[in-house]
Amino acid sequence: MNFLLESRWSPYIVGIGIGILSWVTLLISSKPLGCSTTFARGAGMLEKLLKGKKAQDRLYFHEVAPKVDWQFMLVIGIVIGAFISALTSNSFAFQLIPNTWSDAFGDGILLRLIAALIGGIFLGFGARWADGCTSGHGISGTMQLAVSSWISAICFFIGGILMAFFLYGIVA
Amino acid sequence: MTKKSKELLWGFVFGILFGFLLHKGGVTSYDVIVGQLLLTDFTVIKIILTAVITGMLGIHLMRHLGWLQFSVKPGSWGKNAVGGLIFGVGFALLGYCPGTIAGAIGGGQLDALISGLAGIILGSWLFALVYPRVRSGILMKGDFGDLTLPKLFKVNEWVVIIPFAALLSLVLYLIERAGL
Repeated sequence: MNFLLESRWSPYIVGIGIGILSWVTLLISSKPLGCSTTFARGAGMLEKLLKGKKAQDRLYFHEVAPKVDWQFMLVIGIVIGAFISALTSNSFAFQLIPNTWSDAFGDGILLRLIAALIGGIFLGFGARWADGCTSGHGISGTMQLAVSSWISAICFFIGGILMAFFLYGIVA
Repeated sequence: MTKKSKELLWGFVFGILFGFLLHKGGVTSYDVIVGQLLLTDFTVIKIILTAVITGMLGIHLMRHLGWLQFSVKPGSWGKNAVGGLIFGVGFALLGYCPGTIAGAIGGGQLDALISGLAGIILGSWLFALVYPRVRSGILMKGDFGDLTLPKLFKVNEWVVIIPFAALLSLVLYLIERAGL
């Protein structure tokens, strides 16, 4: 069972594992793997929490109710699962600035935090606009051969590659 | 245990497995994700394509046997192409996606926890703000509903699945052969 303690596995083993996991979630929970709706539910919960009864009655939160559901628990589980993997493989470490980032843009903490914040805003907004993310469209939707998911997944990477080359090729 | 709490517990268990796999694959790391977008590290594509091939064969077979049902997301060009490109910009700038950021946090990544998470929640909330204005406009531009590739080509699903699995395997083989 030593392989469980290794810090990295072959991407093909991991891919097969995620593929099998997606059979099982559909079989047992009738739900495909997906993550991004959870952040919208979280946003709705936060607005309720901060504004109380004065929180605006938003149409979107009627369709995506601000409550803890199956996917919300899945996302919390991801944090725990990654933590277990990191801890048991001795690779858990606090890090503020990723290596690739600091090699190109230096050790400025504020710069990285601002970039991550703005990146997060685009990511969250785009995921809601496209109605899914790298898991919901990129893995679960593409394997169901959904046209919406193939278009989304291809555009995630077109947008991502263009932006990454702009950032690292021109800005840095 | 009630039906509802059982459902939540399963979500949690599947999440632990998913997070464990994502971390083992290395895709909870900014360096690996941005490496993919800079076309220097092909881990992300290898994992996604292998998961899609495995998943596609399994779930179509299981649906054929009547064991499970699909949940195909309806879409449109205005929704999926535009949203996908906006997502991509954020993907490169943040260096995590909504699933892998949860794993990055579990691995101790503080930029993900401190500002990336806040950004995604803020971005999702901003979408809720503009939603009433875009709902029946741009989000419906070029609407195709819950179309799938077999329906699009008007063929039996296995006529798509088998060649597609072969094609994606070939792509993986070529990536590997190119030493990427």
